[in-house]
Order: sequence, then structure tokens, then C-alpha cells
Amino acid sequence: MANDPSYTKQKLKVIGSRVRRPDGVDKVTGRAKYGADHNAPGQLVGLFLRSPHAHARIKKISTARAEKLSGVKAIITSEDLPDLTKGDTAARDILENCMARGRALYDGHAVAAVAAVDEQTARKALKLIKVTYELLPHVTDVDEALKPDAPVIHDYLYTNGVEPRPTKPSNLYNVAEFGHGDVDAGFAQADVVVEKSYKTEQVHQGYIEPHACVGSVNPDGTGELWVTTQGHFTYRSVCANLLGMDIAKLKVTSSEIGGGFGGKTHVWIEPVVLALSRKANRPVKAVMSREEVFRASGPASSTSIDVKIGAKKDGTITAAFAALRYQSGPFPGAIPGMPWAAIGAMTSFACYNLANVKTLGYDVVVNRPKVAAYRAPSAPMIAFAVESTMDMVAKELGIEPLDLRIKNAAREGTRACYGPVYGPIGIGATLQAVKNHPHMRARLKKNQGRGMACGFWFNFGGQTCADLNIATDGSVTLTVGTIDVGGSRASLSLIAAEELGIPYKQVKAHIGDTGSLGHNDTTEGSRGTFSSGMAIVFAARQAIEVLRERAAIMWEIPIEDIIWKDGHAKARGSKYSRLKPLSLADIAAQSPSTGGPIAGHNESVPDNAGVSFASHICDVEVDPETGGTRIIRYTVIQDAGKAIHPTYVEGQMQGGAAQGIGWALNEEYIYGDDGRLQNPGFLDYRIPVCSDLPFIDTQILEIPNPNHPYGVRGVGETSIVPPLAAIGNAISNAVGVRMDHTPMSPPRILKALEQLHAS
Amino acid sequence: MAAVLVSTTINGDAVEFACPPQESLLAVLRDRLGLTGVKEGCGTGDCGACSVTLDGRLVCSCLVLGAEVDGREIATIEGMAENGKLHPLQENFIEHAALQCGICTPGFLMAAKVLLDRNPQPTETEIRYALAGNLCRCTGYDKIVRAVQATATELRQLEKKKSRRKKSKKS
Ligand code: FES
Ligand code: FES
Repeated sequence: MANDPSYTKQKLKVIGSRVRRPDGVDKVTGRAKYGADHNAPGQLVGLFLRSPHAHARIKKISTARAEKLSGVKAIITSEDLPDLTKGDTAARDILENCMARGRALYDGHAVAAVAAVDEQTARKALKLIKVTYELLPHVTDVDEALKPDAPVIHDYLYTNGVEPRPTKPSNLYNVAEFGHGDVDAGFAQADVVVEKSYKTEQVHQGYIEPHACVGSVNPDGTGELWVTTQGHFTYRSVCANLLGMDIAKLKVTSSEIGGGFGGKTHVWIEPVVLALSRKANRPVKAVMSREEVFRASGPASSTSIDVKIGAKKDGTITAAFAALRYQSGPFPGAIPGMPWAAIGAMTSFACYNLANVKTLGYDVVVNRPKVAAYRAPSAPMIAFAVESTMDMVAKELGIEPLDLRIKNAAREGTRACYGPVYGPIGIGATLQAVKNHPHMRARLKKNQGRGMACGFWFNFGGQTCADLNIATDGSVTLTVGTIDVGGSRASLSLIAAEELGIPYKQVKAHIGDTGSLGHNDTTEGSRGTFSSGMAIVFAARQAIEVLRERAAIMWEIPIEDIIWKDGHAKARGSKYSRLKPLSLADIAAQSPSTGGPIAGHNESVPDNAGVSFASHICDVEVDPETGGTRIIRYTVIQDAGKAIHPTYVEGQMQGGAAQGIGWALNEEYIYGDDGRLQNPGFLDYRIPVCSDLPFIDTQILEIPNPNHPYGVRGVGETSIVPPLAAIGNAISNAVGVRMDHTPMSPPRILKALEQLHAS
Repeated sequence: MAAVLVSTTINGDAVEFACPPQESLLAVLRDRLGLTGVKEGCGTGDCGACSVTLDGRLVCSCLVLGAEVDGREIATIEGMAENGKLHPLQENFIEHAALQCGICTPGFLMAAKVLLDRNPQPTETEIRYALAGNLCRCTGYDKIVRAVQATATELRQLEKKKSRRKKSKKS
């Protein structure tokens, strides 16, 4: 039963210890190499020319003058990127997003790219490229895009998921429905029904490292790509397909990654950089500017949401309904068959045990950059709407919001609003932990208020492949294909050490390039430690089999008489009492003469990553003069299944909460009437800074995932889901205004306060 | 325009370079001198990833011209560990998991070092404001502030020990 993923309750020795990460020293000394830190011999500088218009027909691009400039080695437009996608519409959209084909679809859409000997020359060349545009009507707001008189962005998009099939194209490209029971009957039984509409503005993942890569294609059709990415195997196949290369002939190496949060799951500049290199026959390096990151790499959807919840006097929810309208930029959602609003709709009421529930996801195209995943993609916005409405229902009923949630919390056996029946889950436990938390009893001062909210995320397993190799001195190399953004190499080394029974220090984990392992899915859905961890468990168990075989050879006894315990091969039975246990190092030292290198390997698709729940508590102080909100205290309580490295789990919980706080209070894409993004920089798109935040307290709960040997669940994403609503609820409790629009920025709060006082 | 010839000191070593007059110190450090520990997050002075010190003062190297540093002293993250020994701030950043992706870390370390050099006993608020020019998107700053606090405590104890030793030598 080597590859049984079931939870075993085995006693863990090194899992759960707070060891130092293997890449720590490199990262505090500046030695770690990120996307922009690599250079290739003879490399050129690649730069992009981007559309200043939200929607325009490209009538002509003349590159003749730029081509003549000394030092310019290649210029690319869509003409150099023939469509090889053979009817694969998702691939075609990726190609078109990388380089406009006849139309610019958003402010920032690439229309041409240049490779030149240095940046100065490349910049000059961009200025010499002349693009003739014919402006087309544009639409950037999700609600506007659904109006009957809205400009229709694509004449080929017809709404999917409605019967009968529409006869006219529209910006609404998908409708998805989830739920069970009869909501109409449910609302009829309710004593109280609360209905409310919300809006959330567009936010960006805001990773500090811009997209960067060095691409090199040789005349023989082989190539290399060094890139900051969450999925180098995915980048490899996407780039190879778009450029007509053999997948195996392109080697992609993932650099250290300076944050991704979902934004580095899609290609942006990489296929074009490879095309430039192919044309110039030299390596090309390109690094996005911060402005380009904001204008042209995927933010999260802006949304408009309606929620309706009905409940009986005792607090039992009788029906729940939500309609979600999410924009995904100019193309249908990045995950085929699973557009953004549909994902949001699935998560809507996942925290609750409901007899009657219905959610509708409306996915919409607009003239904004292509939306990418952002940590628990699509969930924070709908959680803002649902969890705000929950507080309103509690208020109507005159019961504590926490008690309303406890009463309706999903539990083992609950049918989730998106279909499946839950196994053991942690929502109830996180709510109980809120109830017991001293934070809930702390005193509040004037203009301060406390709020709480819950959040859910699915988590994801996915295709995984990993290697474990034992050197002759007994040290162990792990090679994994998921990337490490927050210490997963440490966690994976802990897992190998646990299985093999050796000290953590004896293990070193590496991220392998695409030439060293089979395909690994992109590191998303909180899958890194879960999936690669599972693969390492199985690889280690395979290696243990080999170690036993080798011990058998060394001792000349049957393998059945040998067990592996505490990092040693031990011979079982009194007849072997003279055989001293062999350590892993002892066996490894003899490996050259007992059969060669000792290794373990695993390919799998770990399923059932174990759904994750969190409850957050937040205290705010609102300044009624300025409308400014300060976070006074913040507590994150989350089920981790089993925390492999508790410090890094805390780090995920704190980081997600901080991003949620920024989303709730400050961050938003601001578009002018001209459809141009007005704040593409960190000065005007303000993410939380150190002085904006308090310490973020954490409490890790461990409700084991039955489908992982140690009970691990994904932990990376759920923490961004509750903050928007927790803060909205806190503001409401502080100054009496119910905010229905994020960010809850000073002007919006002031306006709400004015309206409150006027009424 | 002709390149400017610049003589400067970087991490204690004499360095000469030539750069176009409009080139930023950040570009010089990264692209001409190979000091890629200095990071670029924005190029506009808003993220602090490019923080270095110029004559002991914390600056965003993206806002300084290479041509400006003639005859001056620069310190970068590459020079923070001395004689093969990590600075206590570096140790504590690893120990307290003050980094996740680590792209912001060089900048934070430089800023924190300047703070502690000037103010060995900063309050939490002082730490938070001293680091407010450095963006971190991963950590929520919690563990960064704790790492700086732990370092301050450690350095103070070290100082005390030193002065006690001095005193006992005297007496
Ligand atoms: S790169 Fe200099 S402050 Fe951001
Ligand atoms: S650790 Fe990633 S930005 Fe700070």
C-alpha cells in the first residue's frame, strides 16, 4: 500500500517543527536569482509598444523607420505570430492577449515588440513605430457592458449556458447556475428576508517582482526560457504551442519568484520574447515596467453582486440566493469551462448548511486587461456580499452575527452549495474558536467597531511529479516541479525527513526545470505543499523499498526480514541479533556495489486537496472627519488540516489577510471615461504599507484532511476571502454605515456618513 | 551623449564604472556591476526594493543617477554579511520567517539596518514608520517587524555584555 493517500494518524516527529528554509541565506544576502537577475551571452533588450486606447481597430503598423535604426535586431507584430491554435479558442485568446491581432482590446494591449542592443535603442525604436488606430466604442464597467445598448466587444461571442441559444452576440459570454432545493419555497418560509446589491472594484495581485524573462531560440528549433512563473511546465507547453515548437525542445527554468498570487499562472510577454529571439537569432531579455504590470498583466475581476438571504426567527436560514456579475477583461475566463463568476458562484454559500440555495454566475467581457487568478480567485468578492448580508440578517433578527453563523455552519455531511457532500471540515471549529477568542471580549473605544466573517476555498491537487535521490554520503536531494513562493522547499524537506526518518538538515530540495521532471501543473490552488508533498511521501516510500533491498544484499538475508525504522534498516527476529541496524548513510555508502544509485520517484494526480475554511475577526477605528479607517486589531483563525511548517502557515494567513485589507480599504483600478487606467503605479494604487497594519494574530486549527497521510490541506488562499466583509462589518458596527462598495475608501465612507446623517 | 566615468566605493571596495548620464544607480548596480541583490519593483521610488545606502543615508537607487555617486560610499545587500557571518538582521529574517518570496527582503534589510544604526531601541510604531517606504506583498509585515524587534533586543544585549566586559576589565 505504498501509494495510499489516506490519513493514517501516524506519529509525526519532524513535521510541525519550525526549521529554517533552505533558500533563506540566498535570499537575505541578495544571491537568490529572480526573473530579472539572469543574463545570457549576447542578449538583446526586449520592449513592448502598447495601445493607449481601450478599444481600437489597428489600421496600420509601420515599422520601417524603427527597423532602420542602428542596433534594432528584430521587431514583431501579430503578423510574425501566425495563428497555429487550430480552433483551440482558449489558446487563440492567449495569443491575442500577448499581441493584438487587428484590434487593441484594452489600454495597455501589446501591439508590437522590439529587440535591440540596449534599452535606449529599444526605446527609440518604439517611438519610431507608427500605429494608425481607428477608435471603437469601449466599455469598462461590468454593469454597463450588460446594458442592451453597450458596445459589443466580440461579434463571435454568444452567451453560453442559456436555452435557447441567443441569436445575437453579446458581452455576456457565460451563465452558470449552482444550488439545490427550492429557493422560492424557502423565501416563503422566512420571517426575515434581506436583499442587497454590492460592487467591488478591480484589484491587482501586486507582486513586487514584475514579469521578467530571458528567452533564447536557436535556428535548430530548440530553445530555453528563464522566467519568473508559477508554472514553468505550463509556460513551456503554451509557448511551444503558440510558436510551433516541440514541447520537449523548449527548456523552461523557473527563477526564484518574487510573488505571484495567481498572476504568474498565465503567459504575458514570454511567447513574444521567444518570437523576438527566434527572429533576431539572439537571446532576448524583457522585464515589464510596473506600469505595464498594472496595465497589461491580469488583475482580478471587478464585480457587481446581488444577494438575498431569508431566515426564520430562530436564525435558521431558509433560502439563499446570489447573482454574480464578474468581468474577465476582453477574453472569456482563463480556465476553460470554469469562468470567473462561475467559480465565485460555487464558493458563495460554501460555509453554510442550506436546504434551499441558488447561485447564478454571469461572466462578462469588457475593455480591461485579461483577468488572472488572484489568491482564492473570485471568492473574496462574493464573500464580501454574502458575509455583509449575513450581518444584516443577524441584525434584523436581533441575534449575534457569530451565533447566526454557528447555527447555520456547514458540517460533515452537508451538501455544499456547489454540489458535493462535505467530509470532515473546519468551519464549525473556526467559528467556535472565534467565540472563545479573547479578541472577542476586548474593549472598544469611540468610533471603533468589531466585525467578523468567514471564508472558504476549494484547494486543488493536480498533476505532480517528483524525484528523491540519495547521495553516497546519505544526503538526500528532492527535485520538485512546483515552485516555492513561501517556504515550500522547507516543508517538502520536512516531509522527506519524516518519511525516511532522518534529520531535516540531511535533505535539500530543488525546483527542477522542465528538462528534469515530467509535467507538473501550475502551482496554484494552494497545491504546492499538498501535491508535491504527497509525491514526496510516495517517492520516499519507494526509496525505502530500495534501501531495504540493498540492506538485504549487504546482510545476505531475505528482504522480508528487514524493516525500516527511525532512519535505519533493522533485521527482525532474534536470529539477527548480531546485525547492527544500518543507517541510510551506511546503505548509501555501499550503493555503488549493491546496485547503483538509490532513488524514489512519483507521478500522480493527488485529488481531494481538502476544502479549507477560515474565520477572521477585525477591529477598526473610523475617523468620521476624514472617513479614513484604521485596522486596530486583526485575528485569523484557519483550518490547515496539518501544518507542516507552522511558521510558514502563519505567514500565509497573515499575508492573505493583509492583501484582503488592502482590497477592502484602498486598492482599486481607476478608469477614465476614455477607458484608460489612471493609476498604474504603486503611488496611486496603494497597497498596505507597514505603518498601515497592526500585528496579525493567527490561530491554526488542525482538522485532518482524510485524503492525505498527514492530514494536510492547502493553506495559501483562504485567508484573503474573509477580510473584505470582516472590515465592512466592523465599519458598520463602528459608525453605523453599511458599506456595499469596495474599496471602502475615505470618500465612500464620508459619503455614506453624510447620507446617514441626512436621513 | 558621452558616458560619464565614475569612481566610487561599494561595500568597502573601490569601483570604477562608466555610464550614460541619464542611467540610474539601480541600473548601474544591477546591469553594469552585477549586484543583482538590489531589486527593481517599480523604478519610481514607490516600493523600496532598490534600497541602498549612499554615505550612510537610505536611498532608492532607482531615483539616484549613476553619475551622482562619484567619490561617495555605497552599501548594498551584498555587503551586509561580514567576514562570512550574516548580520543579526539577516539571521533574524530567516529565523522569524520575515520573508516569503524574498524579493522585498534586500530592501527591508537595508532600511532596517539604517533604522537600528540610528535608533537601537525603536518602538513598534517607529519600526513600522521606518519601514513604510518598503512594500511587501507577501507577509503582511508581521514577521518583518518581529524580526527587527528581535534583532534590536539581541544587539542591545550584546552591547550590554560588551560594556560589562569593558567595566570588569577596568576594575
Ligand atoms: S525600484 Fe526603486 S523604489 Fe521601487
Ligand atoms: S516577501 Fe514577497 S514581497 Fe515581501
